[in-house]
Amino acid sequence: MAAEKQLNVSDQVAVDITKMNKWYGAFHVLRDIDLTVYQGERIVIAGPSGSGKSTLIRCINALEEHQKGKITVDGTLLSNDLKNIDKIRSEVGMVFQHFNLFPHLTILENCTLAPIWVRKTPKREAEEVAMHFLEKVKIPEQANKYPGQLSGGQQQRVAIARSLCMRPRIMLFDEPTSALDPEMISEVLDTMIQLAEEGMTMLCVTHEMGFARKVANRVIFMDQGQIVEQNEPEEFFNNPKSDRTKLFLSQILGH
Amino acid sequence: MARDQLAFVRTHMLPEAPPPTAQTGAVKWLRENLFSSPGNALLTLVSAYVVFQIVISTAPWFINGVWESPSLTACREILDGKMGGCFAVLTERWNQLLFGFKYPSELYWRPGLAFVLLFIAAAPVLFGKIFPRKMLIFTGLYPFIAYWLIWGGSVLVPVFALLGVLVGAFTYSRVVTISAGVAVIAAFVAALIFWILSGYVTGPMENVMAIQAVASRDMGGFMINLMLGVVCVSLSLPLGILLALGRQSSMPIIKWICVVFIEFIRGVPLITLLFVANVVLAYFLPPGTNFDLILRVIIMITMFSSAYIAEVIRGGLAALPRGQYEAGDSLGLDYAQSMQLIILPQALKISIPGIVNVAVGLFKDTTLVSVISMFDIVGMIRGPILASSEWNGVYWELFGFACVLFFITCYGISQYSQWLERQLRTDHR
Repeated sequence: MAAEKQLNVSDQVAVDITKMNKWYGAFHVLRDIDLTVYQGERIVIAGPSGSGKSTLIRCINALEEHQKGKITVDGTLLSNDLKNIDKIRSEVGMVFQHFNLFPHLTILENCTLAPIWVRKTPKREAEEVAMHFLEKVKIPEQANKYPGQLSGGQQQRVAIARSLCMRPRIMLFDEPTSALDPEMISEVLDTMIQLAEEGMTMLCVTHEMGFARKVANRVIFMDQGQIVEQNEPEEFFNNPKSDRTKLFLSQILGH
Repeated sequence: MARDQLAFVRTHMLPEAPPPTAQTGAVKWLRENLFSSPGNALLTLVSAYVVFQIVISTAPWFINGVWESPSLTACREILDGKMGGCFAVLTERWNQLLFGFKYPSELYWRPGLAFVLLFIAAAPVLFGKIFPRKMLIFTGLYPFIAYWLIWGGSVLVPVFALLGVLVGAFTYSRVVTISAGVAVIAAFVAALIFWILSGYVTGPMENVMAIQAVASRDMGGFMINLMLGVVCVSLSLPLGILLALGRQSSMPIIKWICVVFIEFIRGVPLITLLFVANVVLAYFLPPGTNFDLILRVIIMITMFSSAYIAEVIRGGLAALPRGQYEAGDSLGLDYAQSMQLIILPQALKISIPGIVNVAVGLFKDTTLVSVISMFDIVGMIRGPILASSEWNGVYWELFGFACVLFFITCYGISQYSQWLERQLRTDHR
């Protein structure tokens, strides 16, 4: 199983983070983060709340600014230059906890907006691409509705389709199932699993440990702004090394 | 027995059923809304009596109203002691109430035509889904057409003004690839240079294709209120948006310019600004320059209402969750795109009631120009009409007429805004 998962991983580096530090005012949120993500890797980042896991992936597409260290995304060094940031953002898709669909636009318009305005794709073509991805997340029939008319699970799948329409090389998921009703979690996870099977590079912050076991090829455990432990999922769950990890796992898998 | 009742298995699911058919009809409505309790029945009867008394006491004033008479004295003779309104002042002085007392009467058709064209120009902006987008070309040309119709003079003036705008737009499109901010400034400077240069052309050629010119000081009546209202609302909305965005800017200089402007303007009464426009501005201008009074007033009212609109829009911007900004950012949209496509459409939708509030207030505040000796509708009533020997003493009819004109316009604006809000609702339908 583990070997099979490794298959799609190439030695091409997708994201490279070295000695990255971030502060909120005087509060040191991220401390000396070193992380190399290879093309095709599926990484799950776990940890207690406030451990900096969301902040970490938000630094990758510069939604949060880091103060020290280097982040290289797909060969481009992240700098303060707006053009550079926009370029990286258009290569990196992001799915949020609260979906953040645009409520004043239809589902289809949500999906075609960025391709039309950022990629300058002709409208017709952008709509075809959007319908392709909406079919993939299994809601093409909702294309002309507004986000407010959809269930949470459907909205999150639209959000995934919206990101995919930009043909990103890397996908970031920031607790994509945390705001969902329990019965809707699996439909979103299924979409993510499908995406992983196609070889998408993914970084997921999530508490879905079943998903981590099934899909991830690496699990990262963070606490107090640091990477405490990382390993293959089998080893990580069955044989955690650090006491902090053991405690965390016992708390979330305890019942 | 009790044990048996604990277990239950549904054998078939209930189909969806319609709600019980409500009893309808006028009697039910009356009973529910007007006579639901003895207290409410009493209130209903008392209010009905009050309404009845008001109608009874004012009806003769309308019914006996005199619509044709040369003066108030003649009107009172016709009434012969009966109660009745002298509406003759409206039929006799309607032209002054609408156009002022100096606008040449043979040219009334020109502002009239401009007024009719206003609806055609506004239609595609107000009802974008119903009218074809190509009509927006006419909307763009309308200000120049309307200017020419109302002020008259050589056609070259509005044509060169339009060309100046085009020069600015062209400059903008050339420079925008470098930086949007620089492009705006460059476009403004280019247009300004073009206008100053074109002054040398239009000056000596003021009779080329000219229609009879009317000076600003000859204009008056409700026309002035409408002109100021339409121009100032349409200018202060974009300016207010820029100020609101500027106030949120991360660039400190831009931010502070906007904050100081907004706070200063909001802290000063409109009437003092109008006095500034009327008197003080003249001191700052080079001697001999003829800076049109209407233009000065337009600048002041626009500044005033744009500060208010900016604050209303800031409220709308603040109401948007941060996730909307982040979603736009994460898709790679730049600042201008995410404002134009994501943030402003939602923020403006939230701000509609507030913006309409400011717009209606602004429109009514245009009557304040009467204190700086402009003869708008209130200025006309208080000045030339009430001061005339024929109509000295007719208050209710004249001010009532002004109220009706303002009410129709403001009520129309309010109804439009409610319609627009319903149109833009996307949450549940």
